[in-house]
Amino acid sequence: MNQWLLIAFFFIVGLIIPVGAIGVAAILGPKKPNPVKQETYECGLETVGDSWVQFKAQYYIFALVFLIFDVETVFLFPWAVKLGQLGLFAVIEGIVFIAILIAGLVYTWRKGMLEWA
Amino acid sequence: MTTAQIIFLVVAAVTLGSAFMVVTTRNLIHAALWLVATLFGVAVMYALLDAGFLAVVQVVVYIGAIAILFIFAVMLTRKEMRDQGPQLNSGWWMSALLAVLTFGALVSMLWGWKDMEKVAMDMPVGFDSVSALGDALISPNAFVLPFEVASVLLLAALVGAVYVAFNPRHGDSRK
Amino acid sequence: MDFLKDPLKLAADWLIGLMTGWGMPEGVATGVAAFLGIFVLIAILMVIDIFLVWLERKVVARFQDRIGPNRLGPFGLIQPFADIIKLLIKEDITPANADKVVYNLAPMLSMMSVLILWAIIPLAPNILGVGVDLNVAALYIIAAGAIGTLSIIMGGWSSNNKFALLGAFRQVAVMVSFEIPMVASLLIPTVLAGSMGMNAIIEKQNIWFFILSPLGALIFLIAAIAELGRAPFDMGEAESELISGYNVEYSGMKFGMFYAGELLHAFTFGGFWGILFFGGYRFFGLEDVSPFLSIPILLFKAVIGYWIIMWVKYTMMRIRIDHMLAFNWKFLTPLSFALLVVTALVHVLFKDAAPWVYGLSMFLSNLILGWIVVEFLRRYSRAEREKVEGPAKPAIEAAGH
Repeated sequence: MNQWLLIAFFFIVGLIIPVGAIGVAAILGPKKPNPVKQETYECGLETVGDSWVQFKAQYYIFALVFLIFDVETVFLFPWAVKLGQLGLFAVIEGIVFIAILIAGLVYTWRKGMLEWA
Repeated sequence: MTTAQIIFLVVAAVTLGSAFMVVTTRNLIHAALWLVATLFGVAVMYALLDAGFLAVVQVVVYIGAIAILFIFAVMLTRKEMRDQGPQLNSGWWMSALLAVLTFGALVSMLWGWKDMEKVAMDMPVGFDSVSALGDALISPNAFVLPFEVASVLLLAALVGAVYVAFNPRHGDSRK
Repeated sequence: MDFLKDPLKLAADWLIGLMTGWGMPEGVATGVAAFLGIFVLIAILMVIDIFLVWLERKVVARFQDRIGPNRLGPFGLIQPFADIIKLLIKEDITPANADKVVYNLAPMLSMMSVLILWAIIPLAPNILGVGVDLNVAALYIIAAGAIGTLSIIMGGWSSNNKFALLGAFRQVAVMVSFEIPMVASLLIPTVLAGSMGMNAIIEKQNIWFFILSPLGALIFLIAAIAELGRAPFDMGEAESELISGYNVEYSGMKFGMFYAGELLHAFTFGGFWGILFFGGYRFFGLEDVSPFLSIPILLFKAVIGYWIIMWVKYTMMRIRIDHMLAFNWKFLTPLSFALLVVTALVHVLFKDAAPWVYGLSMFLSNLILGWIVVEFLRRYSRAEREKVEGPAKPAIEAAGH
């Protein structure tokens, strides 16, 4: 049997269970909405302005640096799997690869992009 | 029709449908979430082709990193999320024509391809695709150079990204 | 003895036999049997989850010198069921301005991202039907985490609440950042076992990988705690400033899904810690007797891992977000890659040596790297302290959001 079919079953069952639980709660629970209850909850204060606020660029920069590293580490998985069989040459390849990766990190660091300011 | 074909058609329809929603929905965050659905559909396609590594990488990189990056980028921009302006500019028919022509060309090319009817081979029992990929990437007589160049390429991307985000001529743009 | 060796295969064969007897094609019958098996597994997980609520409340109470739930049933064991009933009959309040579809989808995805992790957990060496021996299992953990990250950002954004959005963004920034050390620490068992599959990793652990790479185990634990969003990395739900973070607008069972998902997630990562570094279902040959023994062994290791995660949570203080990200990018990421290089080098140089030489050199290389790091940190913190203590004013700055 194809293992991906089993994974798909896990996705389906993993979705059915929470849907079922929330569905049962929706049937059993009382439904008495009123405008005050449905207001945005800010500890009793009224919301001022738009809730979808603008964020600082730092989040974006961390996500960008993360993206590059994520792609790089993905390449390392096939390397790690075959490492034991290919010996020292593969290790040196990996070290070069990781060194270039770290060079990128150092550059980002020196440019002050890793500061949360 | 086999079960695999039915699954493929359903997944393909969902993928195309979400791709259509990406470009038509007005809310940018919704567009990003539809994009996630599209990318997940592509991951399912890889899984259907027994390309497990690619399927998982698709989810890790595209949903785990690129979709998050898009959402962060949308939240950076101001008020664009509920933009009520027109979604089409005056040249829309030209790009539509171009898209249709490209699609037609691709279909006609694939139509004449003799391997079109071919079904994917079943992997031999005990075949480890990741290990084969590792072999291809790092054994000395295979794709070592592209493997290393990939890291240089990514380094260039990182430097470029940092430079764009932090342009010394315009001062600190991180405010 | 067949029943003791592989009860699930027996049950599955019986079920398939029954269904083909009804005239169902064999392939469909196998599929239905697998589906039912997975359903049963996940149902059992949800029951475990209910008891995790009890466990968590009891353990936190002990850490804080309280007794915890003790009224309903012996040791308060019926308390979690009362909690469930309360969650079920509570009114579900959806804020009027929320984005309804995304708002309702988020808790479901959050729970799903945890449950799908159990697809790759090998409960026993030879169980058919449930549990998939995926050859990309290590990356699958990260992929499931990506869906969890998405659910948090969906919940935070769709609530249309500033606090929820802030919490979600902080949490996601931390989660994606700590994914890099997590991937790097997942690479270490991959290097040691020569495979990404969970079964292969367990089979290779004649010596626990914790002994071969204690530093790797530690990095994985730290990254896992950050991925879970638990203290000291719970910036996203900092109660004192963000009320409750990304799930502030959720009530009733939808909140319950986030909460139960977090507990099960912690338990699951305890299990992964046990699998990757402590031999999974193996315990001195006991696993060969019967899956009835190997499943409890794995669950026991998962509970130990979960307990350690709780221990950290209720001992440590919350770290400021800039410190947290600096800790990740300037310390943990370089360290984890240095460890990966050292591990790869030692592995290749000594893999043909006697097991004790291999183990000792691996352990010593970890120890030396750890010592260098501790020494470096000591010098750095001394320099920082001298910088701060010169002008004698408290170094309290407001954290940016």
